[in-house]
Amino acid sequence: MTYLPNIIFAVLLLCGIGFFIKNISRLRRNINLGKDVDVTDNKAIRFKNMARIALGQSKMVVRPIAGFLHVIVYVGFIIINIEVLEIIIDGLLGTHRIFASLGGFYDVLIGSFEILAFLVIVAVVVFWIRRNIIRLKRFMKPEMTGWPKTDGNLILYIELVLMFLFLTMNAADYQLQSMGAEHYTQAGSFPISQYLATLFEGMSESSLVLVERTAWWLHIVGILCFLNYLYYSKHLHILLAFPNTYYGNLEAKGKFKNNKAVTQEVKLMMDPSADPYAAPAEGAAVPEKFGASDVTDLSWVQLLNAYTCTECGRCTSECPANQTGKLLSPRKIMMDTRDRLEEVGKNIDKNKGQFVADGKQLLGDYITNEELWACTSCNACVEACPVSIDPLSIIMDMRQYLVMEQSSAPSDLNNMMGNIENNGAPWPFNQMDRLNWKQEL
Amino acid sequence: MQTELKVPTMAELSAAGQKPEVLFWVGCAGSFDDRAKKITKAFVKILNKAKVSFAVLGTEESCTGDPAKRAGNEFLFQMQAVTNIEVMNAYEIKKVVTACPHCFNTLKNEYPELGGNYEVVHHTQFLKQLLDEGKITMEGGQFKGKRITFHDPCYLGRANNVYEAPRELIRKLDAELVEMKNCKKKGLCCGAGGAQMFKEPENGNKDINIERTEQAIETKPDIIAAGCPFCNTMMTDGVKNKEKEGSVAVLDIAEMIASAEDL
Repeated sequence: MTYLPNIIFAVLLLCGIGFFIKNISRLRRNINLGKDVDVTDNKAIRFKNMARIALGQSKMVVRPIAGFLHVIVYVGFIIINIEVLEIIIDGLLGTHRIFASLGGFYDVLIGSFEILAFLVIVAVVVFWIRRNIIRLKRFMKPEMTGWPKTDGNLILYIELVLMFLFLTMNAADYQLQSMGAEHYTQAGSFPISQYLATLFEGMSESSLVLVERTAWWLHIVGILCFLNYLYYSKHLHILLAFPNTYYGNLEAKGKFKNNKAVTQEVKLMMDPSADPYAAPAEGAAVPEKFGASDVTDLSWVQLLNAYTCTECGRCTSECPANQTGKLLSPRKIMMDTRDRLEEVGKNIDKNKGQFVADGKQLLGDYITNEELWACTSCNACVEACPVSIDPLSIIMDMRQYLVMEQSSAPSDLNNMMGNIENNGAPWPFNQMDRLNWKQEL
Repeated sequence: MQTELKVPTMAELSAAGQKPEVLFWVGCAGSFDDRAKKITKAFVKILNKAKVSFAVLGTEESCTGDPAKRAGNEFLFQMQAVTNIEVMNAYEIKKVVTACPHCFNTLKNEYPELGGNYEVVHHTQFLKQLLDEGKITMEGGQFKGKRITFHDPCYLGRANNVYEAPRELIRKLDAELVEMKNCKKKGLCCGAGGAQMFKEPENGNKDINIERTEQAIETKPDIIAAGCPFCNTMMTDGVKNKEKEGSVAVLDIAEMIASAEDL
């Protein structure tokens, strides 16, 4: 019976990690529904970008208040995870504070975890106030109702509860240590929880042990639950920010990719020796669809972008179309892409690995033409994203579909394109008049 | 004093067995738009004054395809690109300068994959170089002490990270350069990019150029400097809408340099 807690712990840990692996494999499967793109180049630059942008949070601090608070929570998250390692070992072996033998260094560790935990609590409270009391504009956009709003707050509540459990656990431990309770070795320094411990004064040893154990168990179970919550949440960014910044665009932002399939067509048209009546070769592949109308037409990097988005809305708040009241919100483009991808993924799960047409697609059912046509392609959203997401590339791919597959551009644009086609300028001027300005004085 | 502009075409030079150092890509706006033609002429005046060996394609130039690509018509874009590249490669062009950031971006970034490899510079970069080489001198003159704010064109700034060349030119005019609340990397679009120039805006509560013009006017400028014919149109419209055309001028940097030099 003495091994019962160890066994329960091992089972919980295995379940937690097992579900997490299952979530990750689902995530990988969904992302791989995207078209292949070659991003194996420039490894050194990519690592540098990842180190600078994700690890170094360089773009977060462009907005100093949110950036500073975020760095606190981020550092807290990483550092406090060292404590989780100890908790896991203790849980499996039935030991208590196994790293205590580190002596003075252990005191420094626990002390700094406590200070970080306190700072995280402060940051999380400020974040909550920004979302719910100050109601910052970018958190109040139409796409931020329902689940996205709940999700944003839930994350804050979970982090708050986890930090309180951590401090409660330490406070009870501290109290037990000073009472000289068996099993509770003198270890650690408790710059924050010692103040909480005053609440426990006068409590019996057995009640304190109960408090300490409850907090300890809830803390680790909470962490395992949170780990599995990620897949369903915008909070996935804590993992995906790293690959996403690694695979982020390395070219000039103004360089939009040239569609290779179109290049083939154009080459054929320009080749005087090509036979215009040639029948396609036997068994030739069906011509590719131009542009994107659904998530499977996008590249896997664009799909990774969608899962990485944490809905901070910096893109939307910088978007000139959104600022002037248009329907377009780059954040919504990313959220819609993820939602549709999830829907496609669930469809595949339900139908034994095969996607069964559901009569829906990203274009129309999620993203409307009006949103797409409001974009000025100014790259403000791309510049604003702290984790190298590129909403603009999705907008452009979908415009390409609208024009090349559906011929459904706004009529003004059809006129413009007709002019380019006929006289080499977006306006109806004769190409032969291109140099007339020289004579006009 | 108005001397005639010297604007050789590639065809003329080629017939005479000559090759210019640089091709001036005029662009559709620079060729046809009444406001932008003034920029073209101002730039040519400077080129003439600095005795730059240049030529234009003239009637052999055609739209780069930028608005078609941004509107989603990849096929039309690539047809334009391949046609232009054929012409430019036939003339063995090495260097291109243009006063339009959209042409600049497309020629620089999107043509190489299709076979067009040139050194492409924006006219503000080119002018900065002429200045550094002492080929033009700039005395502030009429711009001395004027408050000038520079509107970053998206396709020059964010798209290609050119922020300093236009600003250095403004400073050289002895003018007081003032920045808008959104500038450089955070510059706000004028509303014309992505083929918006050629269509009505979607429903909203404001036009983008009005928003941007308000930001510019907040700096209390005498001049809003631009480096793009489309931004120029949008900002000029914005200033008119705000009924400020009497006190705020919208000028391209080339125009300011040309008039500072009294060309």
